[in-house]
Amino acid sequence: MLLNLIGVFIDGLSYGAMLFVIAIGLSITLGLMGFVNLAHGAFAMFGGYFMVTLVGRYEWPFIPAVLAVAVLVALLSLVIERVVYAPFYRASQLDQSLLTFGVMLMAGGIAHYYWGPSQQAVRIPEFLSGRWQLGDLSISRYRAMLLAVGIGLLIVLKLGLDYTRFGAMIRASVDNQRVAGGLGVPVRRVFMIAFAVGCGLAALGGALGAEVLGLDPAFAARYLVLCLLVVVVGGAGSINGTFFAAMLLGVCDVASKYYIPQFGAFMIYVVMVLVLLYRPKGLYSLFSRKG
Amino acid sequence: MNEDILKPFLERARWQPMEVAFWLFVIAAFFLFPDYRVLGAQVLVIGTFALSLDLLLGYAGIVTLGQAAFFGTGAFVAGWLGKYGWHEPLSGLLISGLVAAAAGAVSAQLIVRGNDLSRLMVTLGLGLVLYEAANKATALTGGIDGLQGIEFAPLFGVFAFDMYGNVAYVYAAVIAFVLLWITRRLVNSPYGMTLQATRMNAKRAVAVGINDRRTLAIAYTFAALVAGMSGALLTQLTQFLTIDALSFGRSADILIIAALGGAGYLYGGFIGAAVFVIGRDMLSGISPAYWHFWLGLILVLTIFFARGGIVGSGVKLWRRIAGMRSARP
Repeated sequence: MLLNLIGVFIDGLSYGAMLFVIAIGLSITLGLMGFVNLAHGAFAMFGGYFMVTLVGRYEWPFIPAVLAVAVLVALLSLVIERVVYAPFYRASQLDQSLLTFGVMLMAGGIAHYYWGPSQQAVRIPEFLSGRWQLGDLSISRYRAMLLAVGIGLLIVLKLGLDYTRFGAMIRASVDNQRVAGGLGVPVRRVFMIAFAVGCGLAALGGALGAEVLGLDPAFAARYLVLCLLVVVVGGAGSINGTFFAAMLLGVCDVASKYYIPQFGAFMIYVVMVLVLLYRPKGLYSLFSRKG
Repeated sequence: MNEDILKPFLERARWQPMEVAFWLFVIAAFFLFPDYRVLGAQVLVIGTFALSLDLLLGYAGIVTLGQAAFFGTGAFVAGWLGKYGWHEPLSGLLISGLVAAAAGAVSAQLIVRGNDLSRLMVTLGLGLVLYEAANKATALTGGIDGLQGIEFAPLFGVFAFDMYGNVAYVYAAVIAFVLLWITRRLVNSPYGMTLQATRMNAKRAVAVGINDRRTLAIAYTFAALVAGMSGALLTQLTQFLTIDALSFGRSADILIIAALGGAGYLYGGFIGAAVFVIGRDMLSGISPAYWHFWLGLILVLTIFFARGGIVGSGVKLWRRIAGMRSARP
């Protein structure tokens, strides 16, 4: 019973780790520019699909393929950011959501065209398949790897944001864009880079998580909801908040689907409503000194 | 004095020639396209649904991704009424609308708190939860197979719904007109002015003494009423209903329709619905699977090149022509 609980808990954490990796870019773009990018899930989806193609068709080894996918999607997102998104930073949130929503629909159509409507699977290398046995407890190696990647990225991002010059620029821009701009921070360029990094991370999450999350043309729409949930619960622009929100929602989702399957799909919304009732600005307010 | 101040507002409320022309066309279409009355009735129903969203997008400034929740609520209430013995259509329509409005009034309390993003999220979440609930409660909703055995009595006991959509078209047109008329009155009333003031600048609206939460809550509730009635209308016309009425796809489609037609003009939804329904007929004939791709492309192009949608661009063009004409000596 207890072992079972731990197993479910670890599954939830690894699921949450993937949500974190995918959602962090959305959180940063929202916090930075207040730009509602509903197409964010599409970048994760293409990460997954590129991975399928590289590993499946061109027989790339797993790890170089993951890295290549992240870089490829980051570059792609730069182009899209410049051409499609940049004219709309000052537009209303309605226009932004409609525009990015349209992009998301198109992404689904493109995925359908090139990869077909069915579920795709990424071939997992030998060293990651199988399970570790710790006494009676057995842990999937792949899931443990996902969790490790999630925590590793949290640490890297946190250090990058707290101790580098670029991180300071991002924090300044999130706090107050106009004042940061007035002090000479190139807000647009900071945003552009942060956007590309965020999309690259989303692609990384999609590529690694395709196995756990499932990959089909509806991926973008399905995980848009979860990513927005994570961002809303965590508080836009906060790495800590996003991480804890992703973990909380991941564990709640997996646990409720396991223990109470009839109501499994509702649990995350219940969590969202509860969090928003007590912390309207998300969990982030737990960490900020301003309250 | 008072008259002078009110004049611009009264001018806005006056019926425009184009509006009259629109309704004349709705009447004329009945005779011009006798083979397409069923399709026409659908356009009117979807247009009415889009009207409810237009009120939120264009007047209240609330972006919602879950308007299908109210559409579906109205549709299911009408379906249950028709299935379990209440066959009278008009009262059924009203009851369905009121139930949806009650649901709207409750959820409005969640919507009016927070900012645009949390609204987006909460509407989306509520819609998905309702869909999941309907999906699980197969005994009540029929699940994906649909609710069957829905029957309705003839309108006023005389006009039975026929296969060719004659009664359906007239019924839908009259209901659409009545709902548009009421909405029109609402947005041009003093309340409508406070609503638009809240959209334009919520902080200043509060500063001049507007209760912004209550204002938005009323708009949200009324939009739910209209959406519920359009859902009920669709059930009554088709006499068939699946949980698809509650799906995210429907919320998304209606958002696209409202944006395509142009938000903030009341008529955008109807124009958008006509383009959407006819476009789907044509495009899905070529490649049904990629309909969403084309839809996305249309949406992106609309936002890029015609931000006010079809009606908005038309109005802009018209004003420019009128401006050129008056500038000429």
